Formats: sequence, C-alpha cells, structure tokens
Amino acid sequence: MSKDKFVTIESSAVPLPIENVDTDQIIPARFLKATTREGFGENLFRDWRFDKKDQPKPDFILNNDIYSGEILVAAKNFGSGSSREHAAWAIHDYGFKVVVSSFFADIFKNNALNNGLLPVQISEIFLSKIFDAVEKDPSTQLKVDLENQEIILLSNGEKESFEINSYKKECLMNGYDDIDYLLNIKDKIEQFEQNRV
Amino acid sequence: MAGKTLFDKIWDAHVVDEIKGGPSVLYIDKHLIHEVTSPQAFAGIENRGISVFRPQNTVATPDHNVPTIDQHLPIKDQLSRFQVNKLTENCEKHGITLYGLSHPFSGIVHVIGPQLGITQPGMTMVCGDSHTSTHGAFGSVAFGIGTSEVEMVLATQCILQPKPKRMRINVEGTLSKGVTAKDIILYIIAKITASGGTGYFIEFAGSAIRSLSMEGRMTVCNMSIESGARGGMIAPDETTFEYMKGREFAPKGEGFDAAIEKWKQLKTDEDAVFDAELNYDAADIAPMITYGTNPGMGVKVSSNIPNENEIEQSNLATFQKALKYMGFEAGDDIIGKEVDYVFVGSCTNGRIEDLREVANFVKGRKKADNITAWIVPGSKQVEKQANEEGITEILEAAGFKLRQPGCSACLAMNDDKIPEGKLAVSTSNRNFEGRQGPGAKTMLASPLTAAAVAVTGKIIDPRTLLK
Ligand code: SF4
Repeated sequence: MSKDKFVTIESSAVPLPIENVDTDQIIPARFLKATTREGFGENLFRDWRFDKKDQPKPDFILNNDIYSGEILVAAKNFGSGSSREHAAWAIHDYGFKVVVSSFFADIFKNNALNNGLLPVQISEIFLSKIFDAVEKDPSTQLKVDLENQEIILLSNGEKESFEINSYKKECLMNGYDDIDYLLNIKDKIEQFEQNRV
Repeated sequence: MAGKTLFDKIWDAHVVDEIKGGPSVLYIDKHLIHEVTSPQAFAGIENRGISVFRPQNTVATPDHNVPTIDQHLPIKDQLSRFQVNKLTENCEKHGITLYGLSHPFSGIVHVIGPQLGITQPGMTMVCGDSHTSTHGAFGSVAFGIGTSEVEMVLATQCILQPKPKRMRINVEGTLSKGVTAKDIILYIIAKITASGGTGYFIEFAGSAIRSLSMEGRMTVCNMSIESGARGGMIAPDETTFEYMKGREFAPKGEGFDAAIEKWKQLKTDEDAVFDAELNYDAADIAPMITYGTNPGMGVKVSSNIPNENEIEQSNLATFQKALKYMGFEAGDDIIGKEVDYVFVGSCTNGRIEDLREVANFVKGRKKADNITAWIVPGSKQVEKQANEEGITEILEAAGFKLRQPGCSACLAMNDDKIPEGKLAVSTSNRNFEGRQGPGAKTMLASPLTAAAVAVTGKIIDPRTLLK
C-alpha cells in the first residue's frame, strides 16, 4: 500500500526543549482505545497541552501561536518507553513530518519511519543552535533534505548531515512500505520455513 | 574466527534474507497480540485483501484494557468493550487462538506466554508491547514492536529489523537478604540510565543472575527495555528446563528430552566478543526505589534523593522537572515519606512468586490505615494458584484485596487509576508522569519493599522488618 512520498521540507519549527519525552507523554494510555489510525493528533501531548477542564494550558508550546510548522525539534532521548505506534501516529496526525533530536529511542524510530515521519538525529551542538535560532526568531526556517541527508538552518546556511539506512530512505522517498517488500519475497519465506524442518 | 554470542546464534538462525544497507528479514516463531496494538494491523491486512499467513503462530489475549472487577459482566467502558470485542472478532475471522477474559489461560501476555510453555528457549518472539523482553529470560530473542510491524508478522510471519549491537551485563556474587531481582534491574538502570542500553540487546550473566528463579529472571529481562535496550536475555540452564517441564505447550516425553539437548547449546561461546560489557558486584546492591519520572532515577531506599551538585549538568533540567512533578526536594530523605497507594501487579511483578513474597511478609501483619493496596495477579492461573496456596486468604486477613487479572494500574487504561497527586509505590515498570493516572506519582520498587510500605504506610527499607 503506497504512502505519501517524502519530499524535501522547508518549514518553521516547534521547539520542545524537554529531555526524555516518553511515549506516555506523547499520547497517554487512556487515548489508545481507538481501533483506527486516525485522529490521534487531537490528543498529542494531551496532559501537557490541556488542563483538567480540557482548557489549553497557555504555557505549553503547542498552544503558543508564534510557533508552527511541520518540524518538531525535541531534546535528547525522544520517544522512550512504550512501543505504542500511536505516538508516531499522533505526531504525524497533528501535522509534523519531521522530528529532530540528538537521540531517539529505538522502537520510536522504527515506528516513525514506518509512518512517513522522519526522525532526524543530529549532534547536541547543532541541536542547541537550532533551539537558539528558533527561540530568537520563531519564524526561522529549517530545510530537511532527505535525498542528500542534510538538515539546514536557512537563516545562516549552517547544516549537518544525518544518517538513515539506504533501504528506509528509498521507502520514504518512494512511498513504499515494508509489508510490500515482505509480501514480494513470500517464496523465500516459505523456502526458509521448509529448510528449517 | 571469534565465537558467537547467544544473541547472534538465535538471530542469525532466523534471518530469511538481508537487505543491502538495510535491515534483516527476521522470521518470527511466536507472535503474541492483545487488544490495544492489533486492531489497526488487522485492518491493514484486510485493506490489502490478504489473510493471516501463519495463524497458528500467533496467540491472543486481552489484557491492557480490561476491568479487574466483575470480569464476568460485559465491560462497562464502551471503547474498551469495543476494542476487546474487535480482538475476538479478528481472531475468529483469521483462525487465531484467543484466550478471552473468561478463559482459564487468560492474563497479561507476558505472564501467560511463559506460564503456558508457549515461550521456549531459542525462539524469536514479538508482541506489540515493549515488555516482550520478558520472554528473553528463557534464552529467546524477544522484543516489542509497533503496530505496522504487527501487521508485517500477520502478513508474512517476518519483520524487517536492523540488528542491534550486543551488550553483556555480568552480576557476580551473592545477593544479601531482602535484595531481589527487581532491585538488581533497578540498580542496573540507575547505573546506565534510561537511555544507556539504546541500540543494544543485553545478555545478563554472572552468578547472581544464575541464582535467580525463572520469575526473577523474567523481572530482570522485563525491565531491560527501561534502559532503552531492544531486549534482554539469559542463557537457559537447569532452572529453565525445570520450569518448562510439564507446561501446557512445552514439548513432552521424548520430545522434551530432545528439546533439552538442543536448548543446552544455547549459550555464548567463551571467545565471543560483545560491543559493550559491564560488571557489577551483587554485594553492592540493596533494596532500590525510584524518586523521579523515569526508571533510571533510582537509588537505594535507605539513601537520600541526590543533591543538585551530584547530578550531571546535562541532566539537571530533567532532574528538576521530575522533582517538581513528584513534589520532592533535592537531598530529601526517602525513608519516612508518606505513601497513599501500593500496587502489586503487572508483567514485571505480578507472578505467583511475587504474590507469595508479599503474602509471606504481611502474614500476621495489617496494612496501614492510610494505604489503599491493590494486588492484581498477572493471569487467571496466578489467581487460581494464589487461592489454592492460601495466599488470597492471608492477604485479605491483612486488609488487602485481590483484584482480577490484567495490566490494571500499570498503565491505567481501565478504571484502576491512582488519583491525581497521590503517591504510589508500585511493582510495575514505569514511573513516567501520569503513567498510573493523570497527576499520579509513582515510585517503583520490589514486591518486598511494596509490602513493607503497605504495612507501615511510609517508605521503609524492608530489611529492617525482616525476621
Ligand atoms: S502490565 Fe504494564 S508493562 Fe506489562 S504488558 Fe501490561 S501495560 Fe505493558
């Protein structure tokens, strides 16, 4: 089943300078009761975003109108904890296409890649430069170029390259997914099963 | 050629294919599913117009979202009921074995797998739940996956997976009295931090690990994921084989003897090299407890919350944010803090041995008046055994009440929520903000420590009350 192709993104960014953001914060368990993939964006960062009366908390970044864009920039160890893919769905559903951090939890990284959400891992130094730039000027533009594996701070042209395995890169750029790939090698899988017994 | 690690042996034996510059195609022996992370995967394969490839290799049970009282009645919460019904429907449609709520084999996925002998040494196992690492205690490669990967397994019995690096953690020596498997793993995570294991698959070894029961080993492997690791494992040995004997789905008779011969080969070669290796001394480990909002923020129960100058500069913001949430001050004593709730349960510590340990401790004692104590067995079989062994009676006499099996307050998807602002000592695995209910505060500890807290109403080092 093809997904949207990932194209180069130029956008302002939403900064979330909090470390160890776990998947329970991204989407609390009580919102996991749905049986479809849609609509999780509404409850993204629910308990940080809304108070007990469901009123937006003015001090949380997503409620601050001066920040917007398709890129979420987070501090280190993003997405730790539960394997819930709902975390990646929620971020994507909210409208983000890229999450930038200096360190990602393994399962989150896989889940993001499987849903057209690009995790961009960069150095602590470049991360703090981005935080500084966005803080000074919330309209600061970032460019994420998947083909050349680069993230660029457009205000001064500073850039850093990021890693992604070539298979996943191709999938994202072409909108393929892993299941298509696996279904295509079903013969090999059956062969493997036979060789084992 | 250098020898192979246990992890490599199992992984390599399951590689169907390698993608250049990409992940491996890994064959999965056993797939466990539950109601929360599977519906979208079933919808996915139906959208593709395909059926489940090997339905006999998947086993299902509802656990995350189920009530822990009145399980014989229809589930009250409409969304939960819908999710559980959806699982039943999907399993029926695709010919997958389901242990529904009323089935004597039902319970938390990671409790029933080992208990029924579904989990076996040398297997690859996955489940849409990060604590799938639990099954590694049997010398299997077991890890949590996301829903897209659940769909891959349903469709092809394989997933695409980059191979993790290997780490070995050796714990040598003898544990002192009152120190349990939970304390070992909380100690390790406190040392390596909540992200120190990221990118690795951990093998636990050493005499202190070998001395643990299967239940204890499961607790250690269960929480390996809380260090960020992909999973944890322990080589199978006599303790493992003894545990496997006579289990419902374990090989029987001659088949069992043959299996043991095969399982005995499952160990790391002497000359194998790990990407990282750590050594700890069992004598340094004491009863542990967490004070913050990730499982790496743990200390000895008998010590204080660290002072700011003991925290690395780069972690200071996390530390301050966590203390603010918990309502604690840097440098505070931990012992003596008043507690409101005690939760004994979850796939970390909801097995029969855990309930036994709590019952042993509270026998002839009473819970403190300020404590609400929930004891939630990990499965129907654990519940039954607790009744048969008289554990239920002992706990009730002490003022505790046993609820029915499920994940319960471990993730608070059902009604078992710790109220806002209340402090809970929990035998589960995560102390994230709001994990046990919005605004709830969680301190993770062993069942023994939790039992001691329940009877005194305050944080206490359980060793001071051991006879
Ligand atoms: S008990 Fe907790 S950690 Fe274990 S499977 Fe259930 S929710 Fe996950």
